[in-house]
Amino acid sequence: MTPEVKVSENVAALLKKPLRPGEDFIQVLLVACALVSVLTTVGIILALLGDALRFFATPGFSWWDFLTGTYWEPGSGHFGILALITGTLMTSLVAMVVAVPVGMAIGIYLSEYASARVSRVLKPVLEILAGIPSIVYGYFAINFVTPSLQAMMGDLVKPLNALSAGIVMGILILPLIASMAEDALGAVPKSLKQAGFAMGATKLEVALHITLPAATSGIVAAIILGLSRAIGETMIVALAAGSFPRVSFNPLGSVDTMTGYIVRTSGGDIPQTSIEYMGIFAIGLTLFLITLGLNMMSRRIIEHFREVYE
Amino acid sequence: MSDFHPNEKGRKRTAGLWNVVFLAATLVGVLSLVTLVTSLIDSCFGYVVLQDAYAYSEVSVAPDKALASLTKDELVQTLRTTAEADLTDLTTGRLRLLEMDRPLEVRTEDDLRNLVITEVLKSEIKKSWSLMESLSQAPAITEFQKSRYPDGHLAFRSWLSPEFLTKAQSGGKAESNGLRGAIIGSLWIILIAIVIAFPIGLGSAIYLEEYASDNWLNRLIQTNIYNLAGVPSIIYGMLGLAIFVRLMGPITSGAIFGVQDVNGRTVFSAGLTLGILILPIIIINAQEALKAIPNSLRYSSYGVGATKWQTIWHHVIPASMDRILTGTVFAVSRAIGETAPLVVIGASAFLTLDPSGLFSKFTTLPIQIFTWSQMASPEFRHVAAAAIVVLLVLLLGLNAVAIYFRTGIQKAKDAL
Repeated sequence: MTPEVKVSENVAALLKKPLRPGEDFIQVLLVACALVSVLTTVGIILALLGDALRFFATPGFSWWDFLTGTYWEPGSGHFGILALITGTLMTSLVAMVVAVPVGMAIGIYLSEYASARVSRVLKPVLEILAGIPSIVYGYFAINFVTPSLQAMMGDLVKPLNALSAGIVMGILILPLIASMAEDALGAVPKSLKQAGFAMGATKLEVALHITLPAATSGIVAAIILGLSRAIGETMIVALAAGSFPRVSFNPLGSVDTMTGYIVRTSGGDIPQTSIEYMGIFAIGLTLFLITLGLNMMSRRIIEHFREVYE
Repeated sequence: MSDFHPNEKGRKRTAGLWNVVFLAATLVGVLSLVTLVTSLIDSCFGYVVLQDAYAYSEVSVAPDKALASLTKDELVQTLRTTAEADLTDLTTGRLRLLEMDRPLEVRTEDDLRNLVITEVLKSEIKKSWSLMESLSQAPAITEFQKSRYPDGHLAFRSWLSPEFLTKAQSGGKAESNGLRGAIIGSLWIILIAIVIAFPIGLGSAIYLEEYASDNWLNRLIQTNIYNLAGVPSIIYGMLGLAIFVRLMGPITSGAIFGVQDVNGRTVFSAGLTLGILILPIIIINAQEALKAIPNSLRYSSYGVGATKWQTIWHHVIPASMDRILTGTVFAVSRAIGETAPLVVIGASAFLTLDPSGLFSKFTTLPIQIFTWSQMASPEFRHVAAAAIVVLLVLLLGLNAVAIYFRTGIQKAKDAL
């Protein structure tokens, strides 16, 4: 990618040094490798689109019901994807309520307050939390968090509920938000902070009134990426959130999420021609588009942010 | 500025208050990890009430000796005679199966004693307690066992045991399950994923860092890789289901190679799916590794007349290998924990035969954890916890390998 390398290629040409015959072949091979990832994207889109289109073309399907219906059960003619989207949003919002304030506070603490010794302990803890597979968090949700919630709030809490899944999902994305927030805060030029201190501001005032506003875009990007991660997260909701595919706004009750429904439905051996099978691809397409949009938005914001502070 | 009041006392108080808030948030992170680990260990050990279906005195060849003091010969005899006399549920056919797995004569004494307990006496767990309950309510537990299961006995059980690791699955009761098939399945699938993703990923990274000029196609490839890294893993599962399992079914099931009676839900499909899933992670990590190599290294190689590929192969790759391998290990540890895509492409929740090749049905560690976590019977919770401990130890081990790579190669470099 660097122009200097091309210069030396020209030098080689000038010296009339014959290229080894295999070199071009190797380059073709490398291009082929790079194209595999493009093929993957094409594959994902075709795989999702193919069956989703067949789903949209089934008799009895109506776009109106798909977009506004409040009940998802394609087998009996109910196509309301809102039922799954609200479930996903509910668990994700609970997760964000847990992860954003705590993650931000950890980010601020790590970048502005923590001594080198504290960070040396704290960062590995966050890395370990980030490296634990989500299935383990799912186990944690049903065997620890849900019983704890039930002990606190009694029978109001269903054995499978959105709150427990959301809280644990919050712990899962906590390290992501904390480390991205720390990076964003760390990228704020020192001179800005020093100007604040010179005016007699306390450490807190510098952190909250100078560093934080200056890092807003990075933090917004972190939150969007965290939300996207929460929406696509599967195993926690599959184990802990329940299977109630209707629009519901009770966090203590069962809900059903896009990812949870896909896992539950595809786990069984459903025939390829059934409407349930095609339905999971319509859900998958919706999920893909939502997360892709959020990820691209997050990257856009980060790129913009880099331009400002370089 | 209205934000900066001269009221120094008040400002210091606010600062102190927030300091506590920040520390508390940090403690939340540490506490979650501690709670997670504690609750796992809590479920891995504890008291169980065991009850035998058949009385020991009626089946043993030496009824006057306790089971714990039987010799190896006596244990083997007990197994043989009960099977031949048809005293219990242990049939001669079942014994033959066990002998096919490993002949009785070569088994250890502990193994044989376990066989007597599980196959002859049909000892069954009636109730289980967690470690915390076992430690704090021991008298109540003893009382419970005496009143509810007077024929049974209380034992302290470690659900995590060498036997649990090496035993095959055998559905039904929680205590008779083992992880052998799941561990073998995980290893097979990871191996396939690496074999596919590592060369392709390294190749892509080399192309993008060393060859690609800044044109629209290469920018597209790069943006595409970043986007793929953010796609939820379950979507890869759907890709695998539609393409590898259904479309390429004849290949991934081994049908065109003469394998019969399987569908595309095989080790091969699972490995391909996870390979595709970790590809973007490997590419991005390898790119970072190649970026870190100073251009001076490349120039000095060109300077002595090396071609581009000679430079890359003999200088750039060896110099960046430590970082590339570290990134690969990171990707592999991600793949080992993946559950959702494998459920979607159709893992077998219950598998008595170990996966033995590309075209076997499969199960993996996370799949077993998922299956056991969903079971209604409370004993399965202990088994799932034990499996999670195995998975986490495996992941920690991998990270240790990554650190070893890093330091080992660094030393070799320093020695040059």
